[in-house]
Parts: sequence; C-alpha cells; structure tokens
Amino acid sequence: MPYWLYLVIGGIFINNFVLSRFLGICPFLGVSRKTETALGMGLAVIFVMGMTSIITFGLNLLLKELNIQYLQTIVFILVIAALIQLIEIVIKRFAPSLYTALGVYLPLITTNCAVLGVAIMNVTELATQNIFTSFVNGISSGIGFTVALLIMAGIREKLEYSEIPEKFKGFPITLITASIMAMAFTAFAGLSF
Amino acid sequence: MIEKTEKLTFKDITSPFTNGIINNNATFRLVLGTCPTLAITTSASNGIGMGLSVLFVLVCANAIVSILRNIIPRKVRIPAYILIIATFSTIVEMVVRAFLPDLYDKLGLFLPLIVVNCILLARVESFASLNRVIPSIMDGIGIGLGFTFSITLIGIVREFLGAGSFFGIPINSIISAELPMTFFILPAGGFMVYGFLMVIFNSVVDKIQKSLENRNRVNLGSRSVNAHISTPEIDTQGGK
Repeated sequence: MPYWLYLVIGGIFINNFVLSRFLGICPFLGVSRKTETALGMGLAVIFVMGMTSIITFGLNLLLKELNIQYLQTIVFILVIAALIQLIEIVIKRFAPSLYTALGVYLPLITTNCAVLGVAIMNVTELATQNIFTSFVNGISSGIGFTVALLIMAGIREKLEYSEIPEKFKGFPITLITASIMAMAFTAFAGLSF
Repeated sequence: MIEKTEKLTFKDITSPFTNGIINNNATFRLVLGTCPTLAITTSASNGIGMGLSVLFVLVCANAIVSILRNIIPRKVRIPAYILIIATFSTIVEMVVRAFLPDLYDKLGLFLPLIVVNCILLARVESFASLNRVIPSIMDGIGIGLGFTFSITLIGIVREFLGAGSFFGIPINSIISAELPMTFFILPAGGFMVYGFLMVIFNSVVDKIQKSLENRNRVNLGSRSVNAHISTPEIDTQGGK
C-alpha cells in the first residue's frame, strides 16, 4: 500500500485529529451546534490545512538551510496568521460565494491548534517527508476533523430535544457524547495493513 | 480600565487571583485550552508539567502585554499578542527540552502548541490589554494555577483508574481493585472524565456560592430590618 493512502486512511479514521489526537477541540465544542456551520468550518479548515502544509514545508527547508530551527514555532504561527489573512482577501476578491460560506470561520482558524499541529507534525512525525506527503497529510487531517465535527453537529441537533439533567446541559453532555464517539473511533485502530 | 493616577487597592490585586482559580477556572468554567487538557492528562505529573509551562507563559505574556497596552495599535494587536506569546512558549520549549527531556518526550507536540492555546490569547485580550501590570500578573498566576490544578486533577483520576497508579506509584499493592481499566487512558476516557469532573466542579462551586449568598442575605436582611426600625424613630423625632 502506498504511503499516501496510508496517510489518508490514518488521518480520517485511525488517528482522527479530534477524537484520537485531541487537536482542534475548541472549534469542535464551539462550532458544532448546527450541521451547516459545522460544514462551513470544516471546509475552511481543510482548505487552510492543505495550503499551510505546502507553505510550512518549504519554510522548514529554509529554516534547516539557515540552521535556525528553534524559530520554528514563531515562524510557523506568523506565517499561518498571515496566510489566513491572505486567503481571506483573495477569496473575497475572486470567489465571493465561497467567501460568504467560509468568511466568518477564517479568522477563527488562526488559533485553531489543528492547523499549527499539522504543520509541526509534517516536519517531525512523517516517515517520508516531501511536499506531496505533507499536502496529503494536511488535507486528510482536515477531512478527519470535518467528519468528526459533522457527526457531532448531527448528534447535538438531536440532543436539543432530549431530556438532560440540568447540571449536564451544555459542555458536559457534549464531552460525554464525544467520549462515546471516540470509543467508536477506537475500533478503527484495529485496521492494520 | 483603571486610571493611572488611581492607587491599587488590595482587592484589585487579590480578586484577579481568586477569580482565576475558581470563577474563571480556565478548564471547568471558561472551557478554554481543552486540547492539552485532554491530550496530556494520561498521568498526573504530565498535568503539573503542562500546567506550570502554561503558567509561566501566561504570567510573562500578561505582564508584557499590560506594559505595552497603550503602545500596541489596536488594528495589529492580535499578531502582536501572538508574537509575544510565541516568544515565551519557545523559551519554555527550549528550557524543558534541555532540562526535563522525559517531560519533553511526553508532552511532545503540545509544548509548541501552547502558542495557540486559547487560554493565553483570551486572557491577554480580555484582561491584560485593559489592566495595569500587577493585576495582570496576578490574573496570570491565578488562571495558571487554576489550570494546573484542574488538569492535575483530571490527570490524577485518569492515572488512578487507567494505569492503577498515583503520581507513578502503583496502588495495587495498597488496595486490591479491578485496576487498571485501560479505557481511562484512551482518548474516550479523557472526554468522559473531563465531562464528569466539570459537572462535579460546577455543582460544588455553585453550592458554596449559594450558601455564601444566603449568609450575606441574612446579614443584609437583619441590617435592613434595623434600618426600618430606626427610620420611624427619626420621623417621630422630626414630628415633635
């Protein structure tokens, strides 16, 4: 099996960003009230993660060349923040319909730890590091995030109508729901190839 | 915002600290910084390590932002804050890598990710950018200690149930129980423990606050009764 396919299946199911790596929990809890907003956020994250993966990979080569890898965190977060601003401006100018769908979620992504997480993972954890595997890892991690977010939003829409003990309303019941979802996703760890 | 000429009262200094631990508890009340909370709490000592790292970054970032609060232009404040936070989190990362290599391996990805921990940006934006230096530092210490306490608590519960140990000391020799239950070390267990502890923490705090309020109301009540009695006396005196 080619490595990129392994990354795709791993990113979406086995090492799901939200449910197994715990990255991007804040938007997972915050933006999962409605399926529409969840889908908007998810698409924005996939887009940004793909772009970030390519650019930070190149940057890391530059940092290695100059032997200043200790600046990794600072450089990456600044580039991500700038990139998100840039994406916002570009899609506002050239794709207004996409902007209305993703617009409000883009600034929120700056402090989404999943984006910085995938950038750092690309340069530290991947077995074969090239621009293609980084891109595939970014996109598939984003899809994994979106899948978890969408499932959660679907469940929460139903939860609105169910009877929940007073103290469990809001975040606690969401966390316990997430726990049961994570339990289901644990089963994917049995996929071995 | 507190005016420059105004002197700091004792309460200005202590209330950010106590609020940070209880009312604004980052983990259970504000629900911020959830990623490290869930990811690294597989053991209690990890919790302390992560908590103290965040505490250091938060205190320093709060102090610097508070000093520079009138200099940073409003439009570029977010990148400026992120840069300040990133500087300190890089310092923490380098120090931990050099002196505590074991902890560095365990915290792994989540040490550089302190940069995007929402606790930091939230406190810097909502407190330090509006307040003077000393209250900001106290807020940093309070929030940081509250966070350390909460994630250590989650860590203790998960380690106890999931690995059958307490700060690395095996407990099976002391009490015989059906431990360890691996479920609690898995991601699913993290979500569950967090959810239940949030309910318990908030119920206990609410109960304490309600009883305090009741006591205050009784005190106020007796005072108002006195006032009610005293006013007609004045009236009657005035009438005479």
